Amino acid sequence: MASEAVIVIENLRKSFGNLHVLRGVDLTVNQNENVVVLGRSGTGKSVLIKILVGLLKPDAGYVSVLGQEVEQLKGRDLNQFRQKVGFSFQNSALYDSMSIRENLEFPLVRNVRNLSRADIDRAVEEALDDVGLSQTINQMPSELSGGQRKRIGIARTLILKPEIMLYDEPTAGLDPITCIDINNLINEVKDRYKATSIIITHDLTCAKTTGDRVAMLLDGKFERVGTFDEVFADSDERVQQFYNYNFVN
Amino acid sequence: MLSDTKASPAPPPEKPAEPGRLTRLFIALADVAAFVGRFFREALLPPYEFGEIVRQCYEVGYRSLLLISTTGFITGIVFTNQSRPSLSEFGATSWLHSLIAIAIVRALGPLVTALIAAGKVGSSIGAELGSMNVTEQIDAMEVSGTDPFKFLVVSRVLATSFTIPILTFYTIFVALIGAFVNVNSVEQTSFTSFMQEVFGAVTFLDIFASLFKSIFFGFTIGIVGCYKGFHSSKGTEGVGKAANAAVVTSMFLIFIEELIALQIIGALRGS
Repeated sequence: MASEAVIVIENLRKSFGNLHVLRGVDLTVNQNENVVVLGRSGTGKSVLIKILVGLLKPDAGYVSVLGQEVEQLKGRDLNQFRQKVGFSFQNSALYDSMSIRENLEFPLVRNVRNLSRADIDRAVEEALDDVGLSQTINQMPSELSGGQRKRIGIARTLILKPEIMLYDEPTAGLDPITCIDINNLINEVKDRYKATSIIITHDLTCAKTTGDRVAMLLDGKFERVGTFDEVFADSDERVQQFYNYNFVN
Repeated sequence: MLSDTKASPAPPPEKPAEPGRLTRLFIALADVAAFVGRFFREALLPPYEFGEIVRQCYEVGYRSLLLISTTGFITGIVFTNQSRPSLSEFGATSWLHSLIAIAIVRALGPLVTALIAAGKVGSSIGAELGSMNVTEQIDAMEVSGTDPFKFLVVSRVLATSFTIPILTFYTIFVALIGAFVNVNSVEQTSFTSFMQEVFGAVTFLDIFASLFKSIFFGFTIGIVGCYKGFHSSKGTEGVGKAANAAVVTSMFLIFIEELIALQIIGALRGS
């Protein structure tokens, strides 16, 4: 397994008013590694990955992605950086007014110049094939199920062949069978695109299936980082509560 | 290997106290000024979103035509019908055509168009961008390497600034037709002589003033709708509030601008 660090986070802090969400987060993610970030709702998991793509500014700390300090990037440099980072949103964030074809074309036609119509069509069909939803190409987002929307959201990020994938709650609100499909898709993306991924979730099945490592966010810090079994072998009550809620109750 | 990072608890940085009401007002005004400033900066700098601007012009202009036509036509009829009795009381019905022309070209045309557009277009922009904000579509656009401000805000504000003046002159024309229908039902005046009297009563200053006013009205509708949508709070309630605030604020500002324009045009006329 390659060990080159592509995401480095050091002493990251972020507050909203008097709510201190991230209180000194440290994490290193290596190339072609899937790291699952676990934590309760409202603990700052989504805030963390939004900082990684420059959607939010940290209050303090150091964040480097693909060798670039994200906070220092602006304008065209930031846009070029973002083309290498795919972001799958919790609610898919598909553009309501566009068809599935237009949704997938959007990042491509706006970022890659001199593409012929045939090139665009080929890329769209390939991305839809990857997520197994070729038949939806001419549908509108409102006509799709939650699981289909998630997969189309992932396909839209894959069309630019990102080096890093950030998944925000990929299995939230989905039935168990669709969750398995999404988990398999995350693993396929890792294998096929050699992508490095951070997966935000509180679904332990997703964490166990997709994560090479698991980082547990408790009280604004990564209190436990290791393999799934290592993290949940811990006797810490908060960790055990999390495990029991998912697998015992 | 399991790593335990529990051992280094650091106190979070201290945050300043919450600002007072007056401070918040100035912060909000500075925020609006920054938004408007950013619009001009982004509008002037390439790349230009020509395709999206044309699409928005179609949305703002063509899709408002039926509503504008109906409202303009009725405005012409009602204004003429209501003005006639007052003028005849003073034996001044011969001034009716001039009065219609001046009222419609100078005030009613631009104002009616702007108010209708604020209701239809302003609310639509506020709700659309608010909904995109709530469902993270704006964030998705940003992370996919597209500047959402340029794509969503600049295109919409340019479209309203360009299209509302065209709609204004269309409204003026339709309102004059409505006025003629009412005049013709009473006086049997021909369309040609009615229009000759109308154009004899208005000056170039009237037409240019209406043009510039409607550009400002269009800009106001676009920028307020975009600002409210872009800054909507999270949740579906925020979308409704954004749409509502877009309409109320732009209507209020349109009346303020009308008042300012009245003073400026009055000064130019030397009256």
